Amino acid sequence: MEKLISLEIDGKEVKAREGMTVLEAAKEAGIEIPTLCYHEKLEPYGACRICSVEVERGGRTQVVASCGYPVEEGMKIKTRSERIDQIRKTIIELIAPSLSDGGVVGKVRELADEYGADTSVFMSTFKATPTRCILCGQCVRYCSEVVAANAIGFVGRGVERRVVFLPERASRFCPTCRECYEVCPTGKIAAETDGSIFPEFSIDDFLSGKM
Amino acid sequence: MPRINSFAELEKLREEIKTKRDPNKPCISVSSGTCGRASGSESVYEGLQSQLEAQALKGEIDLKRTGCLGFCERAPLVMIYPEETYYTKVKPEDAAEIVQSVKEKKIIERLLYSDPVTGEKIVRESDIPFYKNQQRIVSGPNRWIDPKNIGDYLYIGGYSALSKVLSQMTPDQVLGEIKKADLRGRGGGGFPAGRKWEETKNALGEPKYVIVNCDEGDPGAYMDRSLMEGNPHSVIEGLVIGAYAIGSHEGFVYVRQEYPLAVENLNVALEQAEEYGFLGENILGSGFNFHVKVHRGAGSFVSGESSALMTAIEGKAGEPRMKYVHMSQRGYKEKPSCLNNVETWAAVPFIINKGSDWFNSIGTEGSKGTKIFSLVGKVNNTGLVEVPMGMTLRQIIYDIGGGIPKGRKFKGVQTGGPSGGIISERYLDTPIDFDELTKIGSMMGSGGMIVMDEDTCMVDMARYFINFCCEESCGKCIPCREGLRVLSGILTDICEGEGKEEELQTLERIAEVMKDASLCALGATAANPVLTTLRYFRDEYEAHIKDKRCPAKVCKNLITYYIDPEKCQACMICLRNCPTGAIQGGKNLVHWIEQEKCIKCGICYQVCPERFDAVEKLSGEPVPAPVPGREVVRKKE
Repeated sequence: MEKLISLEIDGKEVKAREGMTVLEAAKEAGIEIPTLCYHEKLEPYGACRICSVEVERGGRTQVVASCGYPVEEGMKIKTRSERIDQIRKTIIELIAPSLSDGGVVGKVRELADEYGADTSVFMSTFKATPTRCILCGQCVRYCSEVVAANAIGFVGRGVERRVVFLPERASRFCPTCRECYEVCPTGKIAAETDGSIFPEFSIDDFLSGKM
Repeated sequence: MPRINSFAELEKLREEIKTKRDPNKPCISVSSGTCGRASGSESVYEGLQSQLEAQALKGEIDLKRTGCLGFCERAPLVMIYPEETYYTKVKPEDAAEIVQSVKEKKIIERLLYSDPVTGEKIVRESDIPFYKNQQRIVSGPNRWIDPKNIGDYLYIGGYSALSKVLSQMTPDQVLGEIKKADLRGRGGGGFPAGRKWEETKNALGEPKYVIVNCDEGDPGAYMDRSLMEGNPHSVIEGLVIGAYAIGSHEGFVYVRQEYPLAVENLNVALEQAEEYGFLGENILGSGFNFHVKVHRGAGSFVSGESSALMTAIEGKAGEPRMKYVHMSQRGYKEKPSCLNNVETWAAVPFIINKGSDWFNSIGTEGSKGTKIFSLVGKVNNTGLVEVPMGMTLRQIIYDIGGGIPKGRKFKGVQTGGPSGGIISERYLDTPIDFDELTKIGSMMGSGGMIVMDEDTCMVDMARYFINFCCEESCGKCIPCREGLRVLSGILTDICEGEGKEEELQTLERIAEVMKDASLCALGATAANPVLTTLRYFRDEYEAHIKDKRCPAKVCKNLITYYIDPEKCQACMICLRNCPTGAIQGGKNLVHWIEQEKCIKCGICYQVCPERFDAVEKLSGEPVPAPVPGREVVRKKE
C-alpha cells in the first residue's frame, strides 16, 4: 500500500500519495495551479516556472516549482500570495514579446488577465524577432517520451535557444505523426507547416536555422 | 614500476626516492602553467635545456617544469633550488646567464623582483610581499612538483593521506574528520562537504558516484586550472579518500575542454596513479577498489552547475534539472552522487594528514581553511593568491596585490564571477568568508576577484556580466532566459543614454523574480551584478539616465572626444591615425575633431603623446566649439 501524506494547500487539509508532486496533489484536491510547460503524460520539466508556489517548512518559506516538488508530510503550500502573483505576472510579461507576432492569445492571454500582466511592457527591450515559441519543450519531450521518435530538439543556448526538427528523424517520422500539432500550446507548429505533407528536411535548412 | 601492494611498500618506495635525490643538487624550475606558457615559459625552458647541454652541466643541474607559481603578472618565472632564488620576467636570452650563475652559485640581480616602492631587490620567493602575506597550503606544492612526475608528489609525502585512511581509518572516521574540519565547498555555494558526503553515503541506491567539478568558467578565474595543471595527484588523492568514506567505487573528473594542459596532466597523473596502485583494484593492497573516468566538457558555463554537469556526463546536453531531491540522493544516472570542486577535493589530503583541528585553526568561525582567489583586473600584482578565510579585501588588494596601477583610484571589486556582486570601497575592510560576502550582496563563488578602478563604468560592467549570462544560460527556464534578455536590453539602453528612470525599478523587479523563480543557481544569482551595482553605485545609473553622463567616461554614446587647443602641439599623430579622417588641422595648426565623422574609437586618445595629453573625453558637459585654422602655441620644453 502506498503511504499517504497529509499536507496543507491554501489552508486546506489535503491527502496525497508518496511520490506525488505538489501540483498533482493540488489538482486532485481541486485546487488549480496554472502551468505552461506541464503535460500530464510527460516527466516534470520545470521550465516555465508559472506553477511556482510558496512552501513553508520549519518556519522557512521558499518558492518552488510545484510540478517537480515532491509532497512531504506536514508541508504548507500557498498557491497564491503577493510574491507568487508578482512572479507569475512578471513571467507572463517576459514571455509575451516572443508571442507578439501572432498576438498574445489563448492560455497566456487568460493568465495575463488573471495576473494583471501588461503584455507589451517589455516589447521595446525585446530586440529579437518574435518566434511564437515559448520554449516550453512540450513538443520536444512528447516526441521523445511518448512517440519515441526524437525528431524534435533544442539547439542554441541562452537567448539563442530554439526548437528545431532534426532532419533525418523528422523526414522519417513526422509525415505520419503530427502529434506535436496538438501538444504545442501556442499553435506555432501547426501554423508554420502546411498541414498536408511535412516538408522535406535538409541538413542545410537545419544548419541555417530555417527550421 | 610494479604496483604498490601494501602501505609498507609505499613508504619503502618513498624512502628510495628520497635517498636517490640529493636535496642540495641545484635545480632550475620553470613555472609552466597555461599562464606561464602564454608569457613564453616554453622558450625559456628550451633555452635553459640547450644551455645545460652546451655548458655540459646536464648531470649537475636539474631542470624541470612545474605548475603555476601564482605570480602571473611577472611570468615567465624561474626558481633556483635549493636557494629558492626567484627570477621574474625571464627571457630565453637569459638562459645562458642563468645556467652560468647556478653553476657559480651567483645571483643575477637584474632578474630579481624589485619592490616597486622601496626599489629593494628581493632574492627569495617567500620574502616578496605578494607571497609573504599569503598562506599557500593547497596551492603551495605546485612549486615543487613536475605534474607529469608522480615521483615528485611522492617525494613531498603524496598519497600518505590515502595510505593513512586505508590502513588506519574506517570510512566513518574519515567522514567524521571532514565534518569536523567544517570544509565548505570551494566551487561557489559553500555547502559543507562533510554533509554532502554523508548524505551520499546514507542515500539509498547503488552504485554511488564521486565527481570532480573542473568546469571553472567564471571570467577571470583560473584557480582550478592551476591546481589541475600543477598538482593533479592531490585532486586524485582527495577523490579516492572521499570515495572510500562514501563507499563509492566509480568516479568522474569533469574537466573543461578549454583547459588542454589540465586535461593532459590529469590523464598522465591518472595513468601513473593506476600504475602505482593508487587507483584501480585493491588499492595499496587494502581491498578497496576505485576507478576514475575523465569527461571533457564541451564549452558550456552552465555545465558547472551540479545537475547540468551530471546530465552532461550522462551524454545529454548539459542543462540543469530540478533539484528538489538532492544530487547526493539522485544524481548521475539517478544514483547518489557527490560532486565537489577541484579545490575542495585537493584540500582533503591536507585535512587527513594534519587533522581537522589544524584546519579549524585557520579561517573564521563559519569558514575554515584557506581559499585561492584569482586576483585580476586593475591591480598591480595579478595572479593566484591563497589566503586564510577572514582576510580583508583591502589586505588582498593592497598588501598582496600591491594596489591599483598608475596611481588610479580604487572603485570596486567583483567577487564570485557572474553570480557575484561588485563591492564598493566602503566594504574593503570586510573579512572575506562565505557568509560575510553573501551579507553584502556578493558571494565567494569559486574565487574570482576582479579589481576595478575609477575608469570602470559600473553600468557597463553590470551589462558585461548580464550579457555573459545571456550567452551562457542554457535558456531552459523563462525567468533566466527572458529575464536576462530584458535586463540586457534595459542596461544597453542606459549605457546608450536612452534609459528611463522608472526602469531602475524594473531592473530590481526582474532581478527579484529571477532570484525566486529560476530553475537553477545560475538564473537565481545572475542578476547579482545588477543588484549590487544598483545598491552601491546607483548614482552612476542616475547620471547615465538623468544627466546623459557616464562618470567613468566609458559608454560611447555618452562621451565626446575633444582636443584641448591650449595643449595640442599639432604633432599630427592623432590626425594620421584617425580611421575616419575626423581630425582636422595640420602642420602648425591646432588639431580639432569633426564630431559628425567621429566614431569614438578612442585611437586619438591613446596615441596622443603623454607629454602633451591634449585629447580629452568629455561626458555630460558642452563641447567647446573648435577654432579651425588656429596656430599652435608651442609649449616651452
